[in-house]
Amino acid sequence: MSPKTLYDKIWDAHVAHEAEDGTSLLYIDRHLVHEVTSPQAFEGLRLANRKVRAPEKTIAVPDHNVPTTDDRVNGITNEESRIQVEALDRNAKDFGIHYYPVSDIRQGIVHIIGPEQGWTLPGMTIVCGDSHTATHGAFGALAHGIGTSEVEHVLATQTLIQKKSKNMKVEITGKLGPGVTAKDITLSVIGKTGTAGGTGYVIEYCGEAIRSLSMEGRMTVCNMAIEGGARAGLIAPDEKTFEYIKGRPHAPKGAQWEAAMAWWQTLYSDDDAHWDKVVTIRGEDIAPVVTWGTSPEDVLPITAEVPDPESFQGGKVQGARRALDYMGLKPGTKLSDIEIDTVFIGSCTNGRIEDLRAAAAVLKGKKIAVKRAMVVPGSGLVRAQAEEEGLADIFREAGFEWRLAGCSMCLAMNPDQLSPGERCAATSNRNFEGRQGRGGRTHLMSPQMAAAAAITGRLTDVREMMAPAPEPA
Amino acid sequence: MDKYETFTGIAAPLPQINVDTDMIIPKQFLKTIKRTGLGVNLFDEMRYDDNGAEIPSFVLNQPAYREAEILIAGENFGCGSSREHAPWAIRDFGIRCIVAPSYADIFYNNCFKNGILPIVLPQEQVDILMADAEKGANARMTVDLEAQEITASDGQVFRFELDSFKKHCLLNGLDDIALTLEKGPSIDAFEARAGLERPWV
Repeated sequence: MSPKTLYDKIWDAHVAHEAEDGTSLLYIDRHLVHEVTSPQAFEGLRLANRKVRAPEKTIAVPDHNVPTTDDRVNGITNEESRIQVEALDRNAKDFGIHYYPVSDIRQGIVHIIGPEQGWTLPGMTIVCGDSHTATHGAFGALAHGIGTSEVEHVLATQTLIQKKSKNMKVEITGKLGPGVTAKDITLSVIGKTGTAGGTGYVIEYCGEAIRSLSMEGRMTVCNMAIEGGARAGLIAPDEKTFEYIKGRPHAPKGAQWEAAMAWWQTLYSDDDAHWDKVVTIRGEDIAPVVTWGTSPEDVLPITAEVPDPESFQGGKVQGARRALDYMGLKPGTKLSDIEIDTVFIGSCTNGRIEDLRAAAAVLKGKKIAVKRAMVVPGSGLVRAQAEEEGLADIFREAGFEWRLAGCSMCLAMNPDQLSPGERCAATSNRNFEGRQGRGGRTHLMSPQMAAAAAITGRLTDVREMMAPAPEPA
Repeated sequence: MDKYETFTGIAAPLPQINVDTDMIIPKQFLKTIKRTGLGVNLFDEMRYDDNGAEIPSFVLNQPAYREAEILIAGENFGCGSSREHAPWAIRDFGIRCIVAPSYADIFYNNCFKNGILPIVLPQEQVDILMADAEKGANARMTVDLEAQEITASDGQVFRFELDSFKKHCLLNGLDDIALTLEKGPSIDAFEARAGLERPWV
C-alpha cells in the first residue's frame, strides 16, 4: 500500500461515492449545528418535505446570539436574537436531534462542547456551519466549516460533495520558551504563511512543540487553521488525546472503546507520505505575539514596533495603510506602548479551562487598569469548574466581569460589543474591521498576554511579569 | 436555482485585498431566518455612515455602479466566517459574478450554491479588468460560463478555469441535494459497512 497522510486515511475511510472526475460524496460522522447558520437549512428541509437523515449524529446548541449576563434566565431581550434561538429550539425538537438549550449547564460554544461531551472522536468527519469547526482537528478528526446550503445538504443526506484538498505539513520543532503558548504558535504560523497560505490544503500540525501541548492547546492551534486559509487543521491523536476522551458522556465504552482504540492508533501520517507543502518553524523562535492590523496575518512579537506600510509589497501596502488608519496607529510605535480600553477573554479559540487557569495565574492578587474586562467561559461546565477551582474569584477580585457561556464579544452578535474607537485585547480569532463592534479595534493574543494587558492598561510582554527562571545549580 | 445564462453587465472595482465576510455582511444582519433581503446591507459599514446615510465615495454608491452585476476584487476575497449570508447579500444586491486572483475556500463554495460565479484569474489579468471597471458604467463586461470566458469592454477576452462539476451545476441551476439523493444506495451501503467497521461512531 502506498504511504498515506493522516488526512488521506480519514478521507479514504469516508468516501461513500466517487465520480470519475474525483468529485466525492464524503460521509459525515458528526454534524454540529448552531442558531445562526441553520434556520434557512431547516426551512429548506420543510419546504422539500425532507427529514434529517441521521438525527443521532446531529448535535445542536445556541451560542452566537445568547446573552452572557445573569439576567438571561429571563429570556433574550433582542427580538431577532430571541427568534433565532427559538427557531433552533423548535427545529431540534421537530427533527429529533441532540440539543443543549440555553438553560442547560452543558450549553456553550459549539466547538467547546463537542469535545467536552465526547462527540468529537479521532478519525471522524465533523462539519458545522461555522468556520472554526477546524478546532476539532486537534483530535485527529477531519473537521471544517460549511455554508448553510451545505448544512441543509448534510442534514438531508449525511454527506457532503467534496474534492480532496492537498496535504500541508506544519512542523513546530523543539520547545516553547516561557510565556509562549499555543496561541502564539498558531498566530506565528499565519504570520509566516499569510491568511491565504493554506488555501486548498488540509494542514497537519506536528513536531515536538505540538506534541508537548495539552488537548486544550492543540484545539487553539487547529481552531485558527481557517485563519490561515486551510480547509482544516489536524493533529494526530496520541495518549493525551485518548486520556482526554476516556469517560466522556458520548465516548465509546467497554468493548467499543477497545475497538475504537485499535483503529485510532493507526491514525498518523506514514513516514514517507507525500506532502504538497511543508512549513517548519523552530519553537524556540516563537515569541509572545500580538496583532497590530485588521487581518490575523498582521502579527508581530510584542517586542516589535508597528510596521511601516511601505515596507510591504503589492496589495498589502494599501491593505496595511487602511489597517493602520482603522486601528489608529502610527508606524514605529512600540507595540508595548499601545494603550487599551478593554480586555476580552473567551471564545472557541481560548475559552477552555486551561485558558482561564493561565489568565488567572497572571491576574492573581492584581487589579485591572482598563475600563472594562470580561471573562466568558466557553461552556457552562468550564464555568462551573473555574468556580470550583477558585478562578472565578481571582477574576472578580481583579475587576473582571464573570459571564455565562457563549460566543460573546468574539463576533459581537449578542450585546457584548465594542464602541467605535474602543481598543480591545482579545483572546479570540479575528481582528477584522468591525468584528467586535462597529469601529472597534481588536488586538489578538494569548490569555496570558490579555491578562497582562489588563493589569498594565497597555499591550504588555507577559514575560516581564513572570518570576525569573531559577539559575541552574 | 435559475440556469446561469451569458450576460453583459456593469463591473464595479473594489481594489482591496482580504475582503472578509464581516465586511461583506456585518454580524447584526445574521439574525435573519430568511435568505432574502440582505442586498441593502451588503458592505454595510463601508457603504453607510453611523447615521445610515450613504458614503458617496464607496463604489456601489456611485451612480455608475449602482446597477453593477460584476465585482472585480483583490486576493483572498471572502475570507473569514462561513456565513452564507455573504453570497446571499451579494446576489440580492444583483451581483452575479466576482473576479479575483483568489478566494477563501468556504466562500468560494458558497457562491456556487447561490447562482454566483467566482472567477479566478491571475493578478495581472485582474489588474486589466480592474482598470477597465474603473472607467465606469460604460465599461460593460460579458460573462460566458459555457465558454469559460469574460470579455472586457474593449473586446479583450480572458479565459478562466473551474471545476467541471461545479460548472455543470451552476450552468443548469441544479439542486445538489436532489443529485445526492439519487446516490442513496451508495450512502446506504456506506452506512452499513461503516457501522460494522466503526460501530462506536
